[in-house]
Amino acid sequence: MIPELGQFALSLALIAALVQSVLPMLGAARGNALWMRSSQASALAQFALISIAFAALMRSYIVSDFTVVNVVNNSHSLKPMIYKVAGTWGNHEGSLLLWVFILAGFGAAVAFFGRNIPEALKARTLSVQAWISVGFISFMLFTSNPFERVFPPPLDGNDLNPLLQDIGLAIHPPLLYVGYVGFSIVFSFAVAALIEGRVDPAWARWVRPWTLAAWTALSAGIGLGSWWAYYELGWGGWWFWDPVENVSFMPWLLGTALLHSAIVTEKRDTFKSWTILLAILTFSLSLLGTFIVRSGLLTSVHAFAVDPERGIYILGLLFVSIGGSLALFAWRAPSMEGGGLFAPISREAGLLINNLLLATATATVLFGTLYPLFLEAVTGDKISVGPPFFNAGFIPIMLPLLLVMGIGPFLSWKRADIRGVLSRLKLAFAIAVIVALVVWYITTGGPVLAIIAMGVSVWLLVATAQEWIKRVKLFQPGAVARIRRQPRASHGMTLAHLGVAILAMGATGSSAWKEDIVTFASPGTQVEIAGFELTFEGMKQQQGPNYVAQVATLNVTRGGDFVTKLYPERRVYPAAGSTTTESSIRQTLAGDLYTSIAEPAAEGAKGQWTLRVLYEPLVNFLWIGTAFLVLGGGLSLSDRRLRVGAPRKSKAAPVGATPAE
Amino acid sequence: MKRLLFALPLLVALIIGGFAIWGLSGGRDPSALPSVLISQPVPQLDLGPIEGVDRPGLTTDVISKMEGIKLLNVFASWCAPCRAEHPNLTRLGQEEGLTLIGINYKDKPEAAAKWLDELGNPYAALGSDYAGRAGIDLGISGVPETFIIDAGGIIRHRFAGPVVGDGLRRFMEALDEVRK
Repeated sequence: MIPELGQFALSLALIAALVQSVLPMLGAARGNALWMRSSQASALAQFALISIAFAALMRSYIVSDFTVVNVVNNSHSLKPMIYKVAGTWGNHEGSLLLWVFILAGFGAAVAFFGRNIPEALKARTLSVQAWISVGFISFMLFTSNPFERVFPPPLDGNDLNPLLQDIGLAIHPPLLYVGYVGFSIVFSFAVAALIEGRVDPAWARWVRPWTLAAWTALSAGIGLGSWWAYYELGWGGWWFWDPVENVSFMPWLLGTALLHSAIVTEKRDTFKSWTILLAILTFSLSLLGTFIVRSGLLTSVHAFAVDPERGIYILGLLFVSIGGSLALFAWRAPSMEGGGLFAPISREAGLLINNLLLATATATVLFGTLYPLFLEAVTGDKISVGPPFFNAGFIPIMLPLLLVMGIGPFLSWKRADIRGVLSRLKLAFAIAVIVALVVWYITTGGPVLAIIAMGVSVWLLVATAQEWIKRVKLFQPGAVARIRRQPRASHGMTLAHLGVAILAMGATGSSAWKEDIVTFASPGTQVEIAGFELTFEGMKQQQGPNYVAQVATLNVTRGGDFVTKLYPERRVYPAAGSTTTESSIRQTLAGDLYTSIAEPAAEGAKGQWTLRVLYEPLVNFLWIGTAFLVLGGGLSLSDRRLRVGAPRKSKAAPVGATPAE
Repeated sequence: MKRLLFALPLLVALIIGGFAIWGLSGGRDPSALPSVLISQPVPQLDLGPIEGVDRPGLTTDVISKMEGIKLLNVFASWCAPCRAEHPNLTRLGQEEGLTLIGINYKDKPEAAAKWLDELGNPYAALGSDYAGRAGIDLGISGVPETFIIDAGGIIRHRFAGPVVGDGLRRFMEALDEVRK
């Protein structure tokens, strides 16, 4: 009964979305206030109905209703409760339902909070948002119904992939989706502005908080996903340039560019068509991601079950949404230029460089991701593009970006005094050079690019801190009051830029100076790494709720003194017939000592285990940097001037404001 | 001219869309690959062993002395899908009584040795192809790729991509075909 109710609610939501996609748009064209206002009711109704559908599916998971095909395929009665709940979105159909749930949620939020947005713009925006809803809800109802039944029901489910039984899964996809799908509302705003034919600073001011909320959630989602790959998958890495990782990274890169170009549109009434284009492209890349993950166009380790029919349907949706919006852009945007002029050295110019570099980086990642497809279509050859391409293409774009990021915030609008700025930054430059030299000394002959990257990161860190100190005049009386008085958005910027610097250090350190030892281990085996001595003391067996674990005991000492004991595990899930690796890690700021254990390797190595020990310097800087990014985004969002709702109303922190850890 | 510039994003999107349509069109199997080597003997190979791995190198001579059906697997330690297919290949070798031989493609010997230590080494012979020369001779497009060589030393099937999931099923079909 309940699953049918869910399906019924979903069908009603489609009708609500259909109404919402036509009536307000017509109302805005004819100046009919009642029709325009209907958008709010239909947006809220649509959201309520999808919430019912989502709750119905979640309930089926919680009570393990094995008459529902989706639950049978992705759950098991013995699974811990939290993973039953997370199972709701751990599969194609359920995650799509989450997708439209968030999509409708953003529409409802604009309907509810966007009181100061002009009626016509709001009506059009919500209509565009509903177009996307119509596309995806019908996609679900016609090709991927999550409420399908099975008869006779099986006794128990097929379990969820044990790799996905991790707290990371419970929060990672929802956060990532809030980010991905959050850009939909920005896209809708952009398309509405194109239909209206008007983009002004006020438009940019309404769009910015939504962009920021989506961006913050996406940052947290990507950070969490990376953290999850590192700790859970046991591969000892945090980024693999896999197509599915890339498609979440591209909207982030372009969203970052959008965040900055919207500032220029807001403050200086220029970069208009560029901002619109970025808004369209950012969401287009999110859609492309959804398409790639579900169509089987590219092969990836993360992909959902592949079905070409679904692929064609999503491709049709993409054609209408991306093609349509870009055609509208080509038609309406040329008449939209104008606005403030600026000198080659000014904050505008700095942000322009930022945008060009970020767009180039996005294009590089896009090209690398799709290149195998292009090449196969043209020549019939099949290749895969791996980390060497991305490292060679991406890092040289990022380093100048970090350099410019240090200077940018010092520049004033219209025209800036570059000499004055550079003389202020002498200290930052000197510190950066010293750190680079120290790093070179310690690692004697480490990779040159890594040493440069380290120097550039330190440069950004010091320059950002200096800019903040200068802005709040930290060493003069009354600094505390000045810090309070400053808009929170500007502190948010400082935090986020510091986050990027810290992140860059983590990325550099953990990829350039990683140590990796793999060895056969039997009780008594000793391994030395990065100054630690590890002794393998033996294995014991433990029974978990739905798995059996083999746990190794490793005694860690440094210079003979006891440091800690580590217990890497290997788990066997009988129901799913698969095994997972649970690493055990000693985390410190300086680096992680990472251990994992695997099955006895060869026939000739009975009684032995394969022990993998890694030392990843500075890897925790990645998570700290991400936390800074997210905190910076959250702080900016809480800024009064950016608030979406009525100015006096205090709004709860956005969903994304959780640190990455 | 200005209008053209504004239409550029649309143009690029449409081109990408065109490729995507092609990519989804019926009959395209992301891992099916033609090869001119089908029904040909294995090309001349003379690959030395991987340093630090206790297996003979891969030469035409070594292959010709092996009996039964052989799976020639091209892999690298830097390739994540290779890691995924490794247990399947190992099992195939044991359960189906096939001889596994490997080419370690563009890989550092120490990295390959670690990888094999960690995951197990089911290969009867292993050639190190650091320069990628044998890869060119075999016409591979990337890693992993697996060739099925029959008892007479003739290449019968070329499989690109990891032998996992649906790929494993298709690989087994090809294998049954060769056994007939």
